[in-house]
Amino acid sequence: MPIWLQRQKYLIDFTLSSLLRRRAKNAGLLLVYTLIVFVLASVMLFTHALRHEAVHVLAEAPEIVLQRMVAGRHDLVPASYLDRIGEVRGVQKKAGRLWGYFYDPAVRANYTLMVPPTDAPASGEAVIGAGIARARGLSVGDFVTWRGSDGQPHTLRIVRLLDSDSELVSSDLVLVSEDFFRGFFGVPPGRFTDLALSVRNPREVRKVAEKLTLLLPDARPILREEILRTYDAIFAWRQGVVYVLLVGAVLAFVVFAWDKASGLSAEERREIGILKAVGWETGDVIRMKFWEGALVSLTAFLLGYVAAYVHVFFASAALFEPVLKGWAVLYPHFQLTPTIDGLQLATLFFFTVFPYTVATIVPIWRAAITDPDTVMR
Amino acid sequence: MCKTDRFLWLFGALTLAAALTFAHSGLRAHDASPRLAASAGLVRDLGLTDLALFTEARYTRHLSQADLHTAFQDHPLAFEHFPSGSLHVPPPHLRLRHADLAATTEVPD
Repeated sequence: MPIWLQRQKYLIDFTLSSLLRRRAKNAGLLLVYTLIVFVLASVMLFTHALRHEAVHVLAEAPEIVLQRMVAGRHDLVPASYLDRIGEVRGVQKKAGRLWGYFYDPAVRANYTLMVPPTDAPASGEAVIGAGIARARGLSVGDFVTWRGSDGQPHTLRIVRLLDSDSELVSSDLVLVSEDFFRGFFGVPPGRFTDLALSVRNPREVRKVAEKLTLLLPDARPILREEILRTYDAIFAWRQGVVYVLLVGAVLAFVVFAWDKASGLSAEERREIGILKAVGWETGDVIRMKFWEGALVSLTAFLLGYVAAYVHVFFASAALFEPVLKGWAVLYPHFQLTPTIDGLQLATLFFFTVFPYTVATIVPIWRAAITDPDTVMR
Repeated sequence: MCKTDRFLWLFGALTLAAALTFAHSGLRAHDASPRLAASAGLVRDLGLTDLALFTEARYTRHLSQADLHTAFQDHPLAFEHFPSGSLHVPPPHLRLRHADLAATTEVPD
């Protein structure tokens, strides 16, 4: 083994013995340090994976959704708008969408009722999301009856369940026929919830949206890029909110670690004095203390990060679930695809490992350059 | 085995576990691509716009489709009372999330 490595190994050996002499104090520090890294890394991994999933899945959302606003509120769109949109150059496909919400008092949950543009179920039949099937205990062949806007009961037969793999987007969906939808909600023929448009040239989407607002002043276009930006912002925001809530805990740890790392105890001072008296050089003492800081912070970082990875991707982020669920009865069951953002991880590494290691070196350097006799007294 | 060797083995195992998370993430991402493609296909076929994450209210279920003053839509001066509402982004006009498309061009079609 090269002499340099041999030397570092002896220094580590000495550092470990020194750490073990103050076993309880250092074990406490390692535990708190690991917990802080664990919580921060869990939030980071969870939000990044969720954002990644949202961006991938919603990349197929309609390019433009056109809503009609009446007195500042979302209103039904007349079918005549489709003809008027036909005059706008660049619009490739246009279709009216029929969807709405239904509050089911039986499970106290909101469903999203929707008419699929193609392959709609027959009248009186429905395809439901896995979340509804779970909440109501429904399976294929079962019947479900809800009270419509006319006060009459409307019965649906479940003909299929949507794939549970796509629960993140389909948990609360009920797909029905156009006849059923209009009859159930009392939506008159020739009216749609909103319009979905696709544009021939993706670079013209914004221009087309501008033309639509001129042509239909009461319409509000929502672009796909805005939808994606919304989700990107939501998860960044949530991550930020959790971090803000954690600031208190992190600051407490910083004070604790700083005090531990930078304030030398009388025992440590004496130890340095003895080391210098028996012939250790200042460089050796600093190196030894560098190893002390590095070993504690690196071990805490690795332990915290690996535990966070297991928590988020193997235990489905069990600690965050209650916060994310809110009051939603139909919370989707989903397994996140593990994705790691190298830059975020490097940032976490820099802000957790680096400050502690530096904080251990500075006071040692000050103590190590003073006379051993003075230090020991 | 001395103390240092034992510690170095433990540290090596931890480093290996951390490195394995990258390998696991790569493998799982590869395995998950059909699932993601199926979800994306459903979004394309049905014309979906939002995730079914917060289903407690209409403006939290379809965040991107909600009115510009979503939190206060139940009645004037109504306070937002859903937990997820308190956690998601501030009103769009404060963050300029929505492009101001109203009358920004004179170009007739």
